[in-house]
Amino acid sequence: MASASRAATPLLKDELDIVIPTIRNLDFLEMWRPFFQPYHLIIVQDGDPNKTIRVPEGFDYELYNRNDINRMLGPKASCISFKDSACRCFGYMVSKKKYIYTIDDDCFVAKDPSGKDINALEQHIKNLLSPSTPFFFNTLYDPYRDGADFVRGYPFSLREGVPTAVSHGLWLNIPDYDAPTQLVKPLERNTRYVDAILTIPKGTLFPMCGMNLAFDRELIGPAMYFGLMGDGQPIGRYDDMWAGWCTKVITDHLGLGVKTGLPYIWHSKASNPFVNLKKEYNGIFWQEELIPFFQSVSMPKEATTVQKCYLELAKQVRAKLGKVDGYFNKLADSMVTWIEAWDELNPPKGGVATANGPPKK
Amino acid sequence: MRPPSLLSLTLDSALLRIAHIADLSHLPDHLVIDLFRVGTPRGPLPLSTPARPPRQISFGVIASLEMSSGIQDSEVDIVIAALQPNLNTFFEAWRPFFSRFHIIVVKDPDMTEDLKIPTGFDLKVYTKADIDGVLGASSINFSGHSCRYFGYLVSRKKYVISIDDNCLPAKDTAGSTVDAVAQHMTNLKTPATPFFFNTLYDPYRKGADFVRGYPFSLREGVECMLSCGLWLHNADYDPMTHVVKRNQRNTTYVDAVMTVPLGAMMPVSGINVAFNREVLGPVMFPGLRLRNEGKHRWDTLEDIWNGLCAKVVCDSLGYGMKTGLPYVMRSDAEAGKALESLKEWEGVKVMDDVLPFFQSLKLSRTAVTVEDCVKELASIVREKLGPKNAVFTKAADAMVEWNNLWKSHGAHHA
Repeated sequence: MASASRAATPLLKDELDIVIPTIRNLDFLEMWRPFFQPYHLIIVQDGDPNKTIRVPEGFDYELYNRNDINRMLGPKASCISFKDSACRCFGYMVSKKKYIYTIDDDCFVAKDPSGKDINALEQHIKNLLSPSTPFFFNTLYDPYRDGADFVRGYPFSLREGVPTAVSHGLWLNIPDYDAPTQLVKPLERNTRYVDAILTIPKGTLFPMCGMNLAFDRELIGPAMYFGLMGDGQPIGRYDDMWAGWCTKVITDHLGLGVKTGLPYIWHSKASNPFVNLKKEYNGIFWQEELIPFFQSVSMPKEATTVQKCYLELAKQVRAKLGKVDGYFNKLADSMVTWIEAWDELNPPKGGVATANGPPKK
Repeated sequence: MRPPSLLSLTLDSALLRIAHIADLSHLPDHLVIDLFRVGTPRGPLPLSTPARPPRQISFGVIASLEMSSGIQDSEVDIVIAALQPNLNTFFEAWRPFFSRFHIIVVKDPDMTEDLKIPTGFDLKVYTKADIDGVLGASSINFSGHSCRYFGYLVSRKKYVISIDDNCLPAKDTAGSTVDAVAQHMTNLKTPATPFFFNTLYDPYRKGADFVRGYPFSLREGVECMLSCGLWLHNADYDPMTHVVKRNQRNTTYVDAVMTVPLGAMMPVSGINVAFNREVLGPVMFPGLRLRNEGKHRWDTLEDIWNGLCAKVVCDSLGYGMKTGLPYVMRSDAEAGKALESLKEWEGVKVMDDVLPFFQSLKLSRTAVTVEDCVKELASIVREKLGPKNAVFTKAADAMVEWNNLWKSHGAHHA
């Protein structure tokens, strides 16, 4: 039976990093100041490294531009995208914390139906610190929430749940639609506040959006590779989707949970649908092959760590998707490079780190 | 139909070769839009231009469903199991939402008092005499909450909506009274999307849609066969939870309907359900009866068992099941009574036996109708679960019996 928790949510300020990719500016941080100031920020500057991105006063941060990425990873930097927010996963790799929260620079604080500002980070922490329930769907959604519980018929042997690896938040205002939908419904705004958090069942895939996402880096970090997107690549706006599908098959295999729902943030900027159409074009057709691929992936018993699972996935991507397009062979290579770089920067405790260049500015 | 233009032929031709076109940047933007309008099957979007039938593309698009324009009132029966004699408050409260429909009331065969039902409804009452008269000697026990299934059997409508007699209409967050009947009808008439989870929940709701990353070939959805609603105030908990959380009430109104994904198991509560009787009838049975089944919902698991079987059949046949709205307001029962049930409650053991069974269950491809699926399910239950607990052997018997009853009494439409 779930016990109602009356204690305040811990801040986890020394255990959580906030990773923000940006190419424009970080003005949005002013609105988040009351919620973000206690935390360490990792800014990944995309685009021209000679441009100076100003970080508002009073934040504790480290900032990496393309020069830093190239310097620190050497040839392995090829796995980090350029001119696409996919570059944010570099921040996951260099972080030394247990938890990551990532947010886009056009996302602001939303209000709940009572008019109160939503502390998105606090809700994500709650989601990550309470178990998930992927093996049986609870009709009252998150059974660990105050005021809820497991319903009649929910097997008792499953009521402890499993550790939560990912907390996927949602967005009010500009919805995260693909380009064709944006073109057909340019004025649609998401105004519906759905007061629920739920676990996505085992075996079910979902479109993971990177705009408002938190995860346990120790449990699932290496799976959060956001792929090869942007400059020089035939595809864009599928970085978080790719990471989400890889992450879900791995969490399913390892018995971890993925939650979706609260918290909401306010998404303010609608990207240009014509630009999006060109970026997504290949993705829209390729995903028809990708989904059956991910739905039928099976991991061997010996894949007991995230890295082992991910390398196995890379092997299968090469074997089964290489024939869809040569891009997937490149992607499989970069998936391997990512794991190599991850392990180099995150050696097992007691190991010696051989990072290229000083880790902090 | 207008003859094709040079441009439309070009677009059609481009679509066939789309995998080989690496770069669209030279195309004017309006042509790229046209290419998409032609290429993507869009079932649910309200297009401002006169609707053209969606074009089929070669990459595995599900044939476009003939979506009905709406469910007619005459296609619906409301089935109410009467477990208490005085239904005046119940029917008066539901009058604005029930009065358009034909209503079937099935009186608990164990109840001796006369039913009190207000006038002004198109309503038929079935009692023990009717059950015995119609069915004769049946191995199925229709007492308690199971009596509603008799209502499913004798209904002649395509859709059934069923609500417990201790539930009243709920209010939503804006304070408006929820028309649970209309919401169930909407859930059943719009497609379900079991193959991929949509993070904005029901994509067919006004103001929502499929999100970025949702495969286009899965956007037609499948037919929804079962709509599972929820309850405010007195939530549907097992007796242990009722006792431990005796003061807790469900006050969170979650404004969402969602499809339960393929392969996911779910406890379907019979308190507030609706389904396509024409298709799903043979699997909507009272199969599992706990040894000390009583009159409180926490004394039963028949709906949970029914729902698990229905989900397996829906998954196997490509139908969908939704959960979420509508809410009803469920009145209190004394928590002390739950304490009594606790002593004998075999529900814990039963659900833990049932779980691994359903997790590994796969019906054969040759079972292509609901009846075939139920037959196969019954024999697997008898073989795999029967040895664990006699209650499962009885359930298998009931499932077979129901299949026969359905053939002789249920399989009729208006």
